[in-house]
Amino acid sequence: MSDFSEDLLRPRTEDDPEEMRVGSGSGMHFPWLQRLVESVATGGRKQKEFAQTTSACLSFIQEALLKHQWQRAAEYMHSYFQILEDSDSNKRQAAPEIIWKLGSEILYYHPKSSVETFSAFADRMKNIGVMNYLKISLQHALYLVHHGLLDDASRNLSQAETWRYGDKSASQEVLINLVQAYKGLLRYYTWSEKKVELSRLDQDDYAYSAASQSMLDHSWKTSTDFHSLIQVPGVWDPFVKSYVEMLEFYGDREGAREVLTNYAYDEKFPSNPNAHVYLYGFLKRGKAPREQLISVLKILYQIVPSHILMLEFHRLLRKSEREEHRKLGLEVLFGVLDFAGCTKNRTAWQYLAKCLRQTLTGNHLAWVLEQWTPRKSWWPGFHFSSFRARGDWTEDRALAHEKAFVAGTLLGRGCRYFRYISKQDHQALRKKMKRIKKLVKKYSIVNSGL
Amino acid sequence: MSSVCSGSLDGVEYSLRKAKGTVKMTVPGTLALCSLSLLWQREAITLSDLLRLVEEGHVPCVNAFQHFPEEMKLYGRDKGIFSVESWPTYEDIYRKMVEVATFLDLPRFPDITEDCYLHPNILCMKYLMEANLPDEMHNFTCQVVKMAGLGEVDFLTFDPIAKKKNTVKYDVQAVAVIVIVLKLLFLLDDNLEWSLSAVAETHNEENKEDKPWFDFRKWYHVVKKSFDEKKRKLEETRAKYVWKSEKPLYHSSIDRSVAYKRREMVVNLQKQFSMLVDSTPTVTRKSPSSFQFNWTGDADGTCFHGHSLQGALEKRGQSLTTRNALYWLSTQRFCRSYCKHVTTYEESNFSLSYQFILNFFSFLLRINVYFLHEEVSLIEKRLFKTKYSKAKKKSSRSRKVRK
Repeated sequence: MSDFSEDLLRPRTEDDPEEMRVGSGSGMHFPWLQRLVESVATGGRKQKEFAQTTSACLSFIQEALLKHQWQRAAEYMHSYFQILEDSDSNKRQAAPEIIWKLGSEILYYHPKSSVETFSAFADRMKNIGVMNYLKISLQHALYLVHHGLLDDASRNLSQAETWRYGDKSASQEVLINLVQAYKGLLRYYTWSEKKVELSRLDQDDYAYSAASQSMLDHSWKTSTDFHSLIQVPGVWDPFVKSYVEMLEFYGDREGAREVLTNYAYDEKFPSNPNAHVYLYGFLKRGKAPREQLISVLKILYQIVPSHILMLEFHRLLRKSEREEHRKLGLEVLFGVLDFAGCTKNRTAWQYLAKCLRQTLTGNHLAWVLEQWTPRKSWWPGFHFSSFRARGDWTEDRALAHEKAFVAGTLLGRGCRYFRYISKQDHQALRKKMKRIKKLVKKYSIVNSGL
Repeated sequence: MSSVCSGSLDGVEYSLRKAKGTVKMTVPGTLALCSLSLLWQREAITLSDLLRLVEEGHVPCVNAFQHFPEEMKLYGRDKGIFSVESWPTYEDIYRKMVEVATFLDLPRFPDITEDCYLHPNILCMKYLMEANLPDEMHNFTCQVVKMAGLGEVDFLTFDPIAKKKNTVKYDVQAVAVIVIVLKLLFLLDDNLEWSLSAVAETHNEENKEDKPWFDFRKWYHVVKKSFDEKKRKLEETRAKYVWKSEKPLYHSSIDRSVAYKRREMVVNLQKQFSMLVDSTPTVTRKSPSSFQFNWTGDADGTCFHGHSLQGALEKRGQSLTTRNALYWLSTQRFCRSYCKHVTTYEESNFSLSYQFILNFFSFLLRINVYFLHEEVSLIEKRLFKTKYSKAKKKSSRSRKVRK
């Protein structure tokens, strides 16, 4: 009841609460009931047709966008702008963001629009309400980058960087950092272009020192741009990569290592396999000891067992002296081949074949059984079907041979794959096949009666 | 009391809750007054036509204040009165007409006689043409009008003072009569109308030179296509409707600059986007017209005005009567309690043909479907008085009616 007394004092049309529709399920229509319920929900005022037509307009715009009818979408957009004058303050405040999203989409694709129209629209929308400024500036800059206008984008971002609005700026902190970081990224791009130029110049050339000096300036400014963003937990792959590249170029290995270890190991950051990949690459370039490389890749193995780096991981583990590393190596290989990515990877199968031979020679049948037992039910159908046999033989003979060995070892000589491959009689490969048959006879775990 | 003032002298007091019995003028009220004056003059325009013209923008109602002279500044409380954000509905304006007429103590209006446009016979003719139905149906509508007593001068003339139920819904009644005639001829039970149209079709195939018999199925296809298209166009036009005026209304002098700035922003954005929009001919408004559908201009075969109703009639002795001998009532029991409406409309209770007919005609008049259904039920109540007086008895849906 308090609503009604308030209603008397303030102007009637302001601040309409949200409308509510009474669901009409079966088609039964009590017109007076519908209206009463609606008017109770809206505090005594019935739903206006303004609200109805604007929401219909919005759905027409969305439909037109889905169907790529840019002309039609622009027509409806033209009529939709009146929502900015809506007396309902909730709708009025939510309007600029909706209009920006839809309008920028239309202007991006419409054949008649140009960079000027987009820029004019972005400039207009930036200044409606304070909270949208940074977001729109960022998207505007990305649009300019997309059209190759890097300088304009850079300028835009520098302008946006200086935005502050009293206490509201705290909530937009991350956006400001993002703006700075993108500006840094653009600067990095110019820096790397200069780097390419530099590599072509002669060291004694006058231009060399000037170019390298300007590059140094750039990089210093860029590092400040990146610095604040990287502290914030998040996924910042392109920024981190560029930053590290610059640091390495100038020999600051410590700085680079710190950034990368932070990025990969700080618990506040979301789990990101790329972080570990970058760290591994960096350590490898710096010729770090094997133990360190193994520890980095172990974490990657836990996150993404199907990663292509797992093959390198296996190589490292194989060369190690510790027994648990060798066992892990076998495990890693089986893990990689669980996924479809490496089914046709010759190296993977080569490694597996060699590893099986070594393991079985070393009397570690238990290890093999431990890996094979859970996979016994589905690996034959996944890797060793006759369809696969035919495909592998036609595509890659070496692969087929390696797989045949593995199949023979794990499933016995009677398995389909082995039989198919051994039946393929080819003059040059007959010797190889004979050898494989001998080895399988020696190593097959099926024959050992377990 | 808030510090918001108003541009008019008495805006603040005017918008306070009114005492019981007083009628305060509003923009819809002004529209009702216009409608009353048109009725007094017996002009050839119905309430539904008037409201349609308002929606199309030919009659100022939404943002009428834009046409006020410069000296009249509106703000504050005036905004609530003059800012219209809904199209006036038939039922609202009709109710207001009665209210205003009673308040003004108007005498009995000039008689509505048979030669007047608002007489059901003439309105029926108009709507038959607009619905692409044969002219021959006009005989039937006149008969129904006569039998239900709808054509009496006393019934039709608006008399605010008299306590009887006022009925100035001429257009709705005329359309309801047409619906009843369709039910008489074709029963509309999703069965008979299609078998009759099969008969008409075979006859038309065999006798191509004669006047074709009216084929319900063909009529349905033609009208439905046009109707769907018009409905879709209306939805699109409505979605693009511009409610806000060029002169923004604001609450107080503090808000004035904000309101004007917002308007400027909207105009600016619209200008930016108008470059993307082709200057299509749909932007230009079409001139006001009393008809929404035009069938004679189309290619041959789609105009049913000249068709004959022979397919639905047969000779019985001396007279010509309908082949269909059955009829079903739209409402069996009327509500007698204090609610405003005497019947409800639940779609699933009725045949698809009936639903289509109702939807089509209510689109024509821009009224709600249940409103038309109610009018049909009320006229049937007058026609079949005897049946209703035996309402206590258990009754089946279709009854034989002697004509």
